[in-house]
Amino acid sequence: MRSLIDILELSTEELDSLLATADDIIANPQKYAHKCDGKKLATLFFEPSTRTRLSFEAAMYELGGNVLGFSEAQSSSAAKGESVADTAKTVSCYADIIAMRHPKEGAPLVASMNASIPVINAGDGGHNHPTQTLADLLTIHREKGHFDNLTVGLCGDLKFGRTVHSLISALRRYNNVKFVFISPNELKIPSYVKESLKKEGIKYTETTDLEAVMPELDILYMTRVQRERFFNEEDYLRLKDSYILTPEKLTNAKADLSILHPLPRVNEISVAIDNDPRACYFKQVLYGKFMRMALILMLLEVE
Amino acid sequence: MTVDEIKNGIVLDHITAGKGMKIYNLLGLDNLECSIALIKNAPSRKMGKKDIIKIDADIELDTEIIGYIDPDITVNIIKNGKNVEKKTIELPQKLTNVLKCKNPRCISATEQELPHIFTLADKEKRIYRCLYCETKA
Repeated sequence: MRSLIDILELSTEELDSLLATADDIIANPQKYAHKCDGKKLATLFFEPSTRTRLSFEAAMYELGGNVLGFSEAQSSSAAKGESVADTAKTVSCYADIIAMRHPKEGAPLVASMNASIPVINAGDGGHNHPTQTLADLLTIHREKGHFDNLTVGLCGDLKFGRTVHSLISALRRYNNVKFVFISPNELKIPSYVKESLKKEGIKYTETTDLEAVMPELDILYMTRVQRERFFNEEDYLRLKDSYILTPEKLTNAKADLSILHPLPRVNEISVAIDNDPRACYFKQVLYGKFMRMALILMLLEVE
Repeated sequence: MTVDEIKNGIVLDHITAGKGMKIYNLLGLDNLECSIALIKNAPSRKMGKKDIIKIDADIELDTEIIGYIDPDITVNIIKNGKNVEKKTIELPQKLTNVLKCKNPRCISATEQELPHIFTLADKEKRIYRCLYCETKA
């Protein structure tokens, strides 16, 4: 039995296999409609996230399974002071697999150490969010057909943005991927990420100027500056509008640029871009569901 | 200053001067009934000065903890008055309840029962990271 806490737990071969399964689900949805008949997914969401929770639930329903769970800590026994370990042991008696989101970093790992069923990390604070990365990877795979030789721009909150950290971890394993980190100085990519890239000889540059680097990008990954990651409201208000992508800023972009965003967006991508063929963020949502389906099948060892 | 030779026990030598007391406490040596000598600032050819701990009892020591505090320590096992084994210490791969995670967002900050576990992330730079949130120690 295995869980998925960090995207790095999946080898590139396993990622390729998940991508292949997702491709097959997209091509033949009927083939998968009863793969999880009689199975239950527990969605334990200690922090609200409509999108990720609905994606997991839709994924399980489309596999023929059922869903139980809660969508905020107040409606769980955590409000009574129950530990993550005890919650994991308890839920193991009711369900076949857990998807957990928690505001505290490392909580899903603690759950996986105590549960007797697979645990999927559905986001732990600013730390990891591996299934968002699976959605990102399927989007790049469907749009570009490969991961090698891509120049990937990551823009916005690179300090607290867990989706950014997980995506870098996944993409760095492919050949000749170059990263361009675009952020205000206060939200720069953590030094440990840069250190580890340097150590492996992976190319990266850092800038505060999105337009200057736009022409070199194959992928532009936009992120939201998240209120809930700040202790100080003043800092949040000062930084929230740092980067807003508008049609003007895309003037020098490549014709085959792919614009990704983990969503929800606030205002960092102008709605005027939504109809641009380079905008991939709503397709990304759909792909996220297919990758969660592929992951559930893999962790439940359903053939 | 002279301290009696020990017959059966352990001598922790080449402790960086000033760290002896910390190691004494961390190893829980105050709980032992046997004779123990903690010598501070002993002259050393190699180090200038050093601390030494002599334990007059044949016990098992958790050398992993020592490795984190001071990896240059040598552990000498004494049997019948003779030094039968001289061990150097490696940095431990895992530290349990030695360090506390400083990240207020870490699950270990709110759940009191969780052990504080750190793993060795970079041997050269002696960097440990929290098992749960990967924050640097």
